[in-house]
Amino acid sequence: MRVILAEDSVLLREGLVGLLERFGHTVVAAVGDAPALIEAATEQAPDIVITDVRMPPSFSDEGLRAALALRAEQPGLPVLVLSQYVEQTYATEFLSSATGYLLKDRVGEVAEFIEAIGKVAGGGTVVDPEVVRQLLTKRRAPLQRLTPREREVLALMAEGRSNSAISRALTITEAAVAKHIANILSKLDLPPDQDDHRRVLAVLAFLNT
Amino acid sequence: MTVRGALEALTYNPLRFTRSRWPWRSLAYLLASAVPAALAAGAVWLISRWLDPLGVALACLTLIVLLTPAVTAFERWRIGLVDRDPLRGRTVPFWWQVSNAFVISYALWWIDLGVVLLSLGLPAMLLTAPLQPSGTGPVSSSLLFGAGLVLISIAAYPITAWAGARAAMTRSILCPDDAGEVRRSRARLVDAFEVERRRIERDLHDGAQQRLVALSMNLGVAKLTLEPGSEAHKAVEAAHEQARLALQEVRELIRGVHPQVLAGRGLSAAVQDAAGRSPIPIEVELTVPRLPEAIEANAYYVVAEALANIAKHSKAKRGWVTGTYDGRTLRLEVGDDGVGGAILKDRSGVADRVATLDGVLRLSSPAGGPTRLAVEIPCA
Repeated sequence: MRVILAEDSVLLREGLVGLLERFGHTVVAAVGDAPALIEAATEQAPDIVITDVRMPPSFSDEGLRAALALRAEQPGLPVLVLSQYVEQTYATEFLSSATGYLLKDRVGEVAEFIEAIGKVAGGGTVVDPEVVRQLLTKRRAPLQRLTPREREVLALMAEGRSNSAISRALTITEAAVAKHIANILSKLDLPPDQDDHRRVLAVLAFLNT
Repeated sequence: MTVRGALEALTYNPLRFTRSRWPWRSLAYLLASAVPAALAAGAVWLISRWLDPLGVALACLTLIVLLTPAVTAFERWRIGLVDRDPLRGRTVPFWWQVSNAFVISYALWWIDLGVVLLSLGLPAMLLTAPLQPSGTGPVSSSLLFGAGLVLISIAAYPITAWAGARAAMTRSILCPDDAGEVRRSRARLVDAFEVERRRIERDLHDGAQQRLVALSMNLGVAKLTLEPGSEAHKAVEAAHEQARLALQEVRELIRGVHPQVLAGRGLSAAVQDAAGRSPIPIEVELTVPRLPEAIEANAYYVVAEALANIAKHSKAKRGWVTGTYDGRTLRLEVGDDGVGGAILKDRSGVADRVATLDGVLRLSSPAGGPTRLAVEIPCA
């Protein structure tokens, strides 16, 4: 896979390049700020862009803005955003601009991190479990109608897990998972949808309103 | 708490107050007026022997102008009797001192002595009842003596109150920007803290945090190369876990120091996120534009502190944060449906933060709840 990486910390950038190459990906450009990221992504046509949120020059949210700009230019471009923070504010904005939002810590869980990259590059959505957890604690009125088990399923759904992954995580049958999901979607007044990606977005959009 | 002056001493309980030295110091302060009063009376009397009334008035004015430095020095000295705070700030212009000296000589010295006379006159009369040859019996004169004792303790109050007020008045005339300077320096201090917090946050983010992420990543890679279940794998696994926890702690630390979203997105977003992290459901209705950094930061910490208290003490089922900004004033309210009984400590960080911004803080928390904390901060 052809990857473009934007990360201003040299230590981490070199580490990530090594990690990605170890798993057979090609890092076509590793840059340290947002303008360089946009330039590289426009020239190189990568399979996925992985970017830090906070970069020079103003160290606020250049990575997110760059992701937004890139997605506006190339609507299908998979973008995975790595953040030191999980903030709902950024998660919400980002969901319109990128398709993966992970806490930087997750790069330590190497196997899962590589899997997440694959999922995002394949057109899927990955949202950090921490973000999902925070969104769920808001406990909006319709969420109160869910049973504890259904909440667990919703949390896993929102992380982008498939039905079989959910069944493994909760040690229940896939049929039971499907039934929970149908219940959740109907309790939340969401139309049933077979597309995982849209399902996640629908759930998150609901949680965020 | 140490009392800084006579006015503050009035808040002591009566026993402690009457036994403290503040009534005596106040009495000394007021009696000190006898010196200039005697001088002034003597001067007027002497002058009036040679001059007509108009001449007397003119001579008095001239005398006041000539004596102004002495009067000012005298007033500055005796403020120390009833007020421990030294007089700071620049010296006021001479003409200002002259008008002060005029007011003091014209009215205040006489009032000082009048207050002493009125407060102590009756008690003194009663206390001397046993010595007076008015023919009252020993029983009634000792009753009168007792009443005199009570009245003399009561007299401590008007004397101290007037001395304190009088000193405050002199202070505000001679050092008009004293209070303002204290407030400004406090605001500068809070600003400096804010700058420092941001620097610490930046350093932690660029340094420790990045290194921990890299460490965690390297340990993750190392784990892959090792045989699962082997001793080495277990050791690396444990180290990896430690790195993960350290990262979590650093992240929480950074958020406490200065939340990134506050700088990046402003107060509304930062409050939303803080509410999202609360273990108690908090409803947020807050849409305010970007405001000056100091206001955003202080308002945020006030709300965050209130939310933390709700989570810790209120036993509430839900809470809320509302806020408006009308172009001049930022109004915030944090409330919960908990057990109430919250108190605002004098020296709480919340009160200090609001005070440095000239804001107003109101807390209503009857036993049984609900608790409401309302904050108004002027932004103009």
